Amino acid sequence: MARFESLLDLCGDTPLVGLPRLSPSADVRIWAKLDDRNPTGSVKDRAAMYMVRAAEADGRLRPGATILEPTSGNTGIALAMVAKLQGYRLVCVMPENVSTERVQLLRMYGAEIIFSPAAGGSNQAVATAKQIAVEHPDWVMLYQYGNEANARAHYETTGPELLRDLPTITHFVAGLGTTGTLMGTGRYLREKNPDVQIIAAEPRYGELVYGLRNIDEGYVPELYDASVLSRRFSVGTRDAVLRTRQLVEVEGLFVGFSTGAVFHAALAAAHEAVKAGRKADVAFLVADAGWKYLSTGAYTGTLAEAESSLEGQLWA
Amino acid sequence: MAIDVRIPTILRSFTGGSKTVAGSGETLAELLSDLDSNYPGLKARLITPEGGLHRFVNIYVNDEDVRFLGSLDAKLNDGDTVTVLPAVAGGAFGMAAALALSRPPSPQPTAPALRG
Repeated sequence: MARFESLLDLCGDTPLVGLPRLSPSADVRIWAKLDDRNPTGSVKDRAAMYMVRAAEADGRLRPGATILEPTSGNTGIALAMVAKLQGYRLVCVMPENVSTERVQLLRMYGAEIIFSPAAGGSNQAVATAKQIAVEHPDWVMLYQYGNEANARAHYETTGPELLRDLPTITHFVAGLGTTGTLMGTGRYLREKNPDVQIIAAEPRYGELVYGLRNIDEGYVPELYDASVLSRRFSVGTRDAVLRTRQLVEVEGLFVGFSTGAVFHAALAAAHEAVKAGRKADVAFLVADAGWKYLSTGAYTGTLAEAESSLEGQLWA
Repeated sequence: MAIDVRIPTILRSFTGGSKTVAGSGETLAELLSDLDSNYPGLKARLITPEGGLHRFVNIYVNDEDVRFLGSLDAKLNDGDTVTVLPAVAGGAFGMAAALALSRPPSPQPTAPALRG
């Protein structure tokens, strides 16, 4: 059945496709879970829908309420769509150095945007978000980094979908941002198969993004529980771009750069399995497609050019 | 045994501004002790008085997080690259949101700076 009552009912249940040309062997296969095939084009639709519904259920969100979300993009776009359909106003705080497509998309969906200056790095982002929260105490922040409904969305949907479509799954690889995808999916898969490997790939940004004053200002999302993970990789811009291009060149799969970073880690896990002579079914999550990043110019030119065009940008 | 170590901006005051330094050691603990002899004070920023990795420090050997490789006991080989990064998972915005949620008392109402 491919008929739905509304766009919200279309969320999740995304396809899992094999990558026969990039899989190392018949015994070690790599699979892509296409979460760009969600209503607003990213995995964040799952979390946005769960977080809004949870806030409605516990009375935090009432009709006409304003939702405030600091976001670098996809969560804002997902929330904007859900907010529109459910009757809320959305205000997004985002850094200036995100791609123009994201800004256009947010405005199209009706979100209001407050920019924090890119020049100030994370310190400025912190200051801006803090100031707005003080000025508008009635605005509701869903706070995806500590919202259990974010991880639960993946525990209840992404995880079961993966096991249903790939019962022989040995590895699950996804990006580490809020950590919601990995925590929720990882917990579900681990419960069903204690041997499954849960692998995180996090983007390693340029200096600007790490512009803290000292180590003690660091931050780990409340949702993060290291015991859910088997391994964790930091993937540099160059590797992320290389793999992003490889996916579209070899398999025709057009993804965003964070997915390139995730695929880089998936490929490493797959090749280790080959070396060890083990069978493996490695599934990785496609968080979004490449459309929103075309203006970066990083899909063409040399790798060095691509790397420098992404420098200082939040590409995940 | 030469191991390249990438130092984040906020810790370069310990390395005379150097972005990359070289060190040696069979394990991460040995490497950090070796580095500390050349760059005094660096180790104390990475390891707590109890002897564990600082909560807000991530260290990677060839891009893999050492917390999943035995932490300070992680084995090192000649030619490895070690990367030290401050923990800002979720990017700056996770932290921004977390701090914004801890709203200080007595807000001063001002006009919202919306550019919608």
